[in-house]
Formats: sequence, structure tokens, C-alpha cells
Amino acid sequence: MQTRWFAGQVSQWWLWSGLNLALIAYFGYAFVAPPSSVKASLLPGETTHGHYQIELDCNACHLAADDPERHSAGNVMTDACNRCHANQLTLVNDTHPAKKFRDPSNADLLEILDAQDCLTCHREHVPEQTVSMGLTLPTDYCWHCHEDIGDARSSHAEMKFDSCATAGCHNYHDNRALYEKFLDVHYGEADHLVSAIVPSRNLKQQWIERHPDKSQLYIADADGPSNEPAGSTIETDWAETAHAAAGVNCGECHNEKKASGETSWNDRVAMSVCEQCHKSEVDSFQTGKHGMRLSIGMSPMLPSLARLPMHAGASHQELNCNACHEGHRFDTRHAAVEACQKCHADSHSLAYADSSHAQLWRSEMAGELPTGSGVSCATCHLPRLTGDDGIWVNHDQNAVLRPSETMAREVCGHCHGLEYALSALADPELAISCYDQPPHIRIRSLQMAHEYFEARRQKSSR
Amino acid sequence: MKRHNCPNISARPQRRRAKSMLSAFAVTATAVAMLCTTGCGEPAAASATPSAGITPQKFADGVHAVMMADRTVYATHVVTNLKKQSSPVTADEYWMDSTNAIPLPAQMFRMGAELVDENPEAGFTYSLRSEWPLNEQHKAKSEFETAALKYITANPGENYYGEEELGGNKYFVAVYPDRAVAEACWTCHNDHPDRAADYPEFGKDDVMGGVLVRVPIP
Repeated sequence: MQTRWFAGQVSQWWLWSGLNLALIAYFGYAFVAPPSSVKASLLPGETTHGHYQIELDCNACHLAADDPERHSAGNVMTDACNRCHANQLTLVNDTHPAKKFRDPSNADLLEILDAQDCLTCHREHVPEQTVSMGLTLPTDYCWHCHEDIGDARSSHAEMKFDSCATAGCHNYHDNRALYEKFLDVHYGEADHLVSAIVPSRNLKQQWIERHPDKSQLYIADADGPSNEPAGSTIETDWAETAHAAAGVNCGECHNEKKASGETSWNDRVAMSVCEQCHKSEVDSFQTGKHGMRLSIGMSPMLPSLARLPMHAGASHQELNCNACHEGHRFDTRHAAVEACQKCHADSHSLAYADSSHAQLWRSEMAGELPTGSGVSCATCHLPRLTGDDGIWVNHDQNAVLRPSETMAREVCGHCHGLEYALSALADPELAISCYDQPPHIRIRSLQMAHEYFEARRQKSSR
Repeated sequence: MKRHNCPNISARPQRRRAKSMLSAFAVTATAVAMLCTTGCGEPAAASATPSAGITPQKFADGVHAVMMADRTVYATHVVTNLKKQSSPVTADEYWMDSTNAIPLPAQMFRMGAELVDENPEAGFTYSLRSEWPLNEQHKAKSEFETAALKYITANPGENYYGEEELGGNKYFVAVYPDRAVAEACWTCHNDHPDRAADYPEFGKDDVMGGVLVRVPIP
């Protein structure tokens, strides 16, 4: 009896020891494992919409700063923020850059609100206190430094202290469509502009100027393998579209150079190959939600990983260039609407087909309206921007939503007056319906800015 | 407000005097002697303390001389010159989003200060302040700054030196008069629509504000 009892004790001891060792091993492995679901057990809380795709790669944000003397929870995280966001903030002419607060005379203000540390306003893993734009502060934060704004701007004297960031008024970082002079310049514009057209892409012209040795290629010029499956349209797709027109042959994308210097044919074309000619597009793709995982070396984004509703049939569609630009036609018209609708099943995406903007797009596709007058998903979410080399397409489809007023300047302004655009963007119901109707409520900021400058102009003319 | 007790820095605001040849020679000789004792091939470690061979005041005076030279050149030979030529290019507060526009002298100065702020090697900060700022960012931000601005206005031609503690850190602060060196300065300020009723009418060489140089000290 005693022996059996002892044996039972021993087996129980082994059982519990084994369980504890298994738990220790599991969590120990989670610490050192590559980004994968095993790390989910270490997450202290849900991350924001901006970061949930990369939350299992802890080091993306928590890697220590290079300089151990500067290593603290604050600067490690701010360094991580800057790795992805510093350039974005520079491009939007950040209204509150950290350098603005470096003067020692700001010490008292920084004691109240440390504007040099991203984490002051944007903490992670705290979903219960996270609001729009990843803000984790009460929305009255402007008041701490600008409580006396009514003294300088009498129009602001009666405004509520937590109303500064109302759409159409102010943002903390990006005010390119909201600052006073811009509002005044665009005061009085018609709701619908006479010329309502988006800029034309001109990559082909840019390419021809840089490569005078290149000329149109035809099927007979194709240098790809001659073992295409029956019924394949690869060659005709290539010959009828931009790559053949620009003199880009099959091998320029498919020939892979090995370390030995030899080249070999590769059916799969890496994104780095696309980047050789489409650098701005590939770079910007990796700063948005479609490509951000790739930018830190993770596997491509899948619709099954998304928080937004997606079509079940598209669950395992890897997000890379070919996801929207299917080879070898790389059809930009397909990429502008059908490619989006193939995956996205949220209320905004589903409402698009019945919107007035979609009707314009269909009319353009039917040849009833001039090129550039239709409004596709890409028209708004992948705006055509003027760069140093000409017009390019920003493939960071989230950039115009950081915040949505960005869209007023980069997109809506091609067809609509600024007051109309900002008023529409301020209406959350219109956002769902793809801005199918005119805005019901008009924002006051343009009128206020105009009155301010009008008073200045009158003073100057005296 | 604390005052500096170091013999190299006056505890009271000083009258700026032209240096005699003798004192200039003495300073130069001292600097050469110190360089030689530290070894010509090994620069002495940078420090805000007088023991490094240059006082905070001397350092502040030097960097101020450079920044004011640049400021004067920009205001006189760029902004005023464009105005005299009736050029379509003008200095404009909203230059960044406008055609034919360049930054105002005050904006130019502030952008330079921000670039210095970004440089961890700089070892000092500087800023523009005024008792009559057209931009709120340039108003005095501490009791020290208020006193300094009042002093350099009441005593034209003099600088104001002292120490200040901000955010637990000590600084040597030098405040220099910012004068109307070019016609563009006083005409723009005198005609500005944002000027308040009590705003002064400026003329050539009037003190319109102050340039602050802050050097961290132990």
C-alpha cells in the first residue's frame, strides 16, 4: 500500500513537473521565436488598427536603440515610430515636429505634455483608451498649450476646449489642407469645379526620356521561353500593354542574376524587380496596410488576417504587386476597382457600385466621359501626385486617411471646391456611402479664415 | 533668477565695450597657450565650463556674431534688394505654399535655429524673442527672458548675460539686441496688419527684439 502511494506521489510529481516544464518551454520559446502566432501569448493587449498586422513581430517596435545611453522605454519606442513614420511626417510638413519643442524654454510645457515623445499621445496595447488615429490622450490636449488662442483669434474665443480637432479645423501633424492661408486662397470655390479631372499618369513619357535607346517591342521580339501552355495569353498581354510599348522585354523582369554572375529564368518576379522602374510605387506600397508587413521582412498580408470585413473567397490572396496588377497585362483599370472589390467587403466598399462616383467611372470606361473624369477606388485611395520626375501614383492607400483631410488637397480638390470637400469629409455617413450626396452641414473654417485675411487686407490698404 | 558667479561672466548685465588691442592679444595668447598645452593634435574635449579654454560668454558672443552676420546679409542683400528691384519674388509668411515667395528673415532665422536644435553636436540653442512679437512663438517665455528684453530695449547697445534654470538644467544665457538692420525690417513691421495698437514705429537701428543664446552649464 505504502509503495503504491509513494509510486502515485512520484508519478504525480513527474506529471506536474512535466506540465510546468512544458509551460516554461512554451513561453520561453515565444520570447525567441520568429514572428508567429506563438508570440500572441505575450501580447499585453490588442494593438491599434495601424499596427495589428505587425504585432507578432515584437522587435519591430521594441528593439533597443543603438546607443545604450539613450536606451529607455520612451526612446526605444520613439525610434521605432520614426523608422516608419519620420519620413511621412516630413512629407506632410508636420505642424508639431519634435524639434519645435527642443528650445529649453519649453521645459514647463513639456512637463505637462511631452510633445517630443510619440508615446505621450500614441500608446499601444491599450484599446480601452484608444480613439481615432491611434490617439490615447483625452481630446482636449490642445488646450494645454493653446488655452489663450481666443486672445489672438477672437473668432475662437467661445469655442469648446475639446473641439480643435473637429474635421475641417485642425490636426496635430498634417494641416496642409487646413492652414489659414490655404483656406483663404480656396474660399468661395464652386462645389463642382468647371475642370473636374485628375492628372494623367506620365510614367511612360518619363521612361522614354530616360531611355532613348528603348523602343516599342512586338511579339516577334519577345525573349521569353517558347514553352507557353496552350491558350496562354502571356505574349499578347505583354505585347498589347505598357511594358512592350516601353521596350521592356521578358528577360528584363524574369532573368535572375545569380551570385556567380550567371543569369537564369525565374517564373516568379520579385517585388524588387518591379521596384527598379516603379520605385516610388513600391516604396509607398510598403508604408500602407497592404505592404507594411513586407517592409519589415514578414510574410505578405492576407485578407484572412485583416480586421476589415473581406470576401471569404479571397482569404489567402497574398498582397504583392500581382495581387492587383495581374501579369502580364498589369491592367491599371482592373487594379483601380475590381482588384479592390475582389477582397474588400466592408460597407464603404460595398456601397461604391451604387454611388455617383462609380457612375462617373463607368461612364469614363464606356468612353462617354474624358479620361480622368471618373472616380474609382484608386482615384481617392491611390492619388496621383506630382513628384520631381512627374506624376506618380501613391500606393500607400492609407496616406490619404492619415487624416482624411489629406484627401481634400490630394484628391477632392481636382473636382470640388475646398469647403465642399472638407464638409463632406467631416460627415461619417457620407464616408460610408462613398460621398454619394452633397454634405448637409458646411464647415465654418473657410469663412473664418477669409474674414481674418480680409480684415488684414483692409488694414494694409489704409 | 540665479546669477553667474564665475569671474569670466559678469553677475550683472554688462555694457558692451570695444576690446582693446591689448585684451585681444591677451585672449589670443591664452588660447594659443592652452592649445599648445593640450597638444596640437588632440583637440580638448568640448565643454561648457570655463576650464575648456573658452568661457560660455565668449562662445555665445562668437556664435551670435555669425548668426547675426547671416541674418543681416539675408535681410539686406536678399529681402530688401528684391523689394528695391520691384521683383515678383517677395518674402512671405506663407512662402512654402506660394509661388514667387521666400521665407521672412524671422522665419529664416527660426528654421536655422531648429536645424541647430536637431544637431546633437551643436551644444547650444538659440532663438528670437521680442516684446512686440508679430508671431506669438517669439514672445518672452520666462521671467529671465522678459527682464532681458526690457533691459536691451532700455539700454540700446548693451547685451544681457546671466544664468537660468529650466526643466532642472542650468544654462548660461546671452541676450543680444536684434536691430532693424535693413529697410525691409522696419517697413514690413510698421505696415504689418497684425500689429497691435501699442506697437512701436520702428526706424533704422532700432532694437526690435532680442537674440537669445543658451549654453548648458554644469
